[in-house]
Amino acid sequence: MNRLAEIIRRDLRLALRQGSDSVMVVTFFVLTVVLFPFGLGPEANLLERTSAGVLWVTALLASMLSLDRLFLADYEDGSLELLALTPTALELLVIGKVAAHWLTTGLPLIVAAPVLAVLLHMNADGFATLLFTMLLGTPTLSLIGAMGAALVLGARRGGVLLSLLVLPLYVPVLIFGVGAIDAAVQGLPAKAQLLLLGGMLVAALPLAPWAAAAALRQALE
Amino acid sequence: MHRFANPMRFVRLAAAIQPWTAGVTLILLALGLYFGLFDSPADYQQGESVRIMYVHVPSAWLAMAAYSTMAFASGVGLVWKHPLADLIAKAASPIGAAFTFVCLVTGSLWGKPMWGTWWAWDARLTSMLILFFLYLGHMALLNAFDDPTRGTKAAGILALAGFVNIPIIKFSVDWWNTLHQPASVSKVGMPTIDPSMLLPLMLMGVAFTTFFVTVLLIRVRSEILAAKVRAIRLNQIHSAPGAISGELVGESPR
Repeated sequence: MNRLAEIIRRDLRLALRQGSDSVMVVTFFVLTVVLFPFGLGPEANLLERTSAGVLWVTALLASMLSLDRLFLADYEDGSLELLALTPTALELLVIGKVAAHWLTTGLPLIVAAPVLAVLLHMNADGFATLLFTMLLGTPTLSLIGAMGAALVLGARRGGVLLSLLVLPLYVPVLIFGVGAIDAAVQGLPAKAQLLLLGGMLVAALPLAPWAAAAALRQALE
Repeated sequence: MHRFANPMRFVRLAAAIQPWTAGVTLILLALGLYFGLFDSPADYQQGESVRIMYVHVPSAWLAMAAYSTMAFASGVGLVWKHPLADLIAKAASPIGAAFTFVCLVTGSLWGKPMWGTWWAWDARLTSMLILFFLYLGHMALLNAFDDPTRGTKAAGILALAGFVNIPIIKFSVDWWNTLHQPASVSKVGMPTIDPSMLLPLMLMGVAFTTFFVTVLLIRVRSEILAAKVRAIRLNQIHSAPGAISGELVGESPR
């Protein structure tokens, strides 16, 4: 537990000092969402109906944006090898890095989402569900993404490849995230979709770090 | 299993099996196409376009079977470092991608007259499309590294992670209320499909399977032979007088 906190603290400190990463992700999120009213037209009905989908797809892309930096910086300067040599299990290292990644990118997205939801005229009934789905969904995205980021370490054109690997696996989160918000907006219970989102998080929490650690191990071989 | 870790033994065995699977494929494909296209009734609702099913359904089966083969081989390759398993996983993914593509295209051709649309965003279709992307990702990851063994291992982990999609495809028609019709062949009890249609479907299913095995064997064999050719070339470069390395550093050749 101590070691986990140590890894998270290290990554957070690095993110804070190098700055810009979480600011960039949120800026991308806001700018891309703002593009939609220009593309679709300012009609309130249309924006309201598409708001859940637009917010989720954009949040998904934004959280993917910073993924390739997750292990790459440490891999390139050699500190990943040093971290792997410490007695800390590699799986724990991955969990720590994912937690730091989520705190620096997922959390800002969750903070920004309701503001953007207002801009897109989302029905006020959907706000709480939007926050809930993001809270359950973005950690899953970071976990799956960490697996992809570990797999493409050292690959040619890693960034493009990463999106090809990770986006298909993101689809279930997107479907149930949007489904829950749509249900809530229509006044239907969203419990089933939220439970499924939670289930995906619970399944990804042990499995994704395991796979990511396996991928890291042979990247360091 | 480790008996077959010797590539040349596998090549000999594959060369012995291959004519048989190829022959069975040809015969069953001919029979299946004859029964499917000429000697089976048109559906009372779908008319003649029901015959697309005899290609569509087997390719869907094989798309999933190829992925399962790939995932299983990847697992064996990762756990036991079995060299042939890695080659099988590598050889299976383009074939599986082709089956998935055929399945999507034939389904789309069938969907236009039947559902009135080329494509519907329902669970079965979407999960099949995701399977296609998983295949593409697997192939891209395999070739993304300068060191091929690294690509093999990374792609193996991806294949195992993507395996979650297979049960989703299989049960999507039961879990969600989809436009795609529910399972009618693998039902508990009697299949809800007429024997006159089941016969060509089964023939085509077996023919597609033996076709898959045949192509898989060809691809694995050619991978092994390509590796051998590469080893021989490297050997020649090494032992040739005035080898490249020798000239570069200005040493006399060994």
